[in-house]
Amino acid sequence: MMRLPRHLTDPLLRANPVTLRILGICSALAVTTSLVTALTMCAALIFVLCAASGLISAIRRHIPQSIRLILQITIIATLVILIDEVLRAYAFEISQRLSIFVGLIVTNCIVLGRAESFAMHHPVWPSVLDGLGNALGYSLVLVIVATIRELLGAGTLLGISILPIVAKGGWFVPLGLMQLAPSAFFIIGLLIWAIRAARPEQAEHPDHSLISLDAKATP
Amino acid sequence: MTDILIAAIFTDNLALSFFLGICTFLAVSQRLSTALGLGLSVIVVQSISVPVNALIHRYLLAPGALGWAGLPEVDLSFLRIIVFIGVIAAMVQLLELVLDRFVPALHRALGVFLPLITVNCAILGGSLFMVERRYDLGESIAWGVGSGAGWALAIAAFAAIRERLRYSDMPQGLQGLGSAFIVTGLMSLGFSGFGGLAR
Repeated sequence: MMRLPRHLTDPLLRANPVTLRILGICSALAVTTSLVTALTMCAALIFVLCAASGLISAIRRHIPQSIRLILQITIIATLVILIDEVLRAYAFEISQRLSIFVGLIVTNCIVLGRAESFAMHHPVWPSVLDGLGNALGYSLVLVIVATIRELLGAGTLLGISILPIVAKGGWFVPLGLMQLAPSAFFIIGLLIWAIRAARPEQAEHPDHSLISLDAKATP
Repeated sequence: MTDILIAAIFTDNLALSFFLGICTFLAVSQRLSTALGLGLSVIVVQSISVPVNALIHRYLLAPGALGWAGLPEVDLSFLRIIVFIGVIAAMVQLLELVLDRFVPALHRALGVFLPLITVNCAILGGSLFMVERRYDLGESIAWGVGSGAGWALAIAAFAAIRERLRYSDMPQGLQGLGSAFIVTGLMSLGFSGFGGLAR
């Protein structure tokens, strides 16, 4: 029981699924132009990941080995359809802005990855916690990127004006680049650099180095 | 239709402007030769699966699509995610069998990548975009071929850059993944320079 909280806290920073294992960033970046869409996406992913991990873990002893991937995909797809329909019913405008990206949670590698590597071998409760932890780790990155992009790109957060922009009589000139795709790549790249600078054990070792002082280079 | 084709390759590039398939994009771009193999498989699978999904959506899933079966009120569009995934998986499996039977050399070259493609979000994303933008059959063929080619072009160029980058001396934290993201961002910036090429 001592190990339970670790499933929850580990994926936040130490083993963040996005920055360490580059899982699930496909959908992660496209929805970060504004904080509202990013938060909606996080909520959707948290629901899908927790429910999928819990469900798959609950029936893990009854899943035949040979069809487990199909079964996992079917469960995940069902949950995604559910959340997609709920969003369309109660938050139509946001679901239009999220476009196809809620549907793409099906192919989000985090969900299938956690199901395959964790939920298939662990009881329900740790699996749900592990799902929650990974979903929160993903959400953390998403919220950071979205905050930077919305604040610098439009001077607002959640639609509320923080930095008064020039067009409305303020002083802040919005950075148009922040609303475009490349900025998301730059921000994630810099974020990874920052995390790895703070935690050198996560850094990748170069394939070739000029002076090989690094005797214990990892394979 | 040429507009859609050009836009799909350059301005609406799935990898660089919609972030689709980025997981695979970053993971399988260490060498140019493997990147080309994966790119080729994506073109093939995308060109087949988008038109097939377009037909399925039009005659089975769209609201009122079952009119030909005497069920005009039935709306199965909520099933499209799960049906598309199934179609893609089946297409990949089929392609594997056909290649193995008729072009074994190509099958050996692409063998590793084909199963990977089933969970590549660029493929599912291509089909979902096709529905969202209401392409007809001709347009969806152009979109399928173009978006596959655009993705392949992006990963091939990216792998070539990464092969050079391996010898560069950069800060340790930036090594590998960090620099890969920055390079992708620069490429995405470059591709946005194609804006205005189509339409």
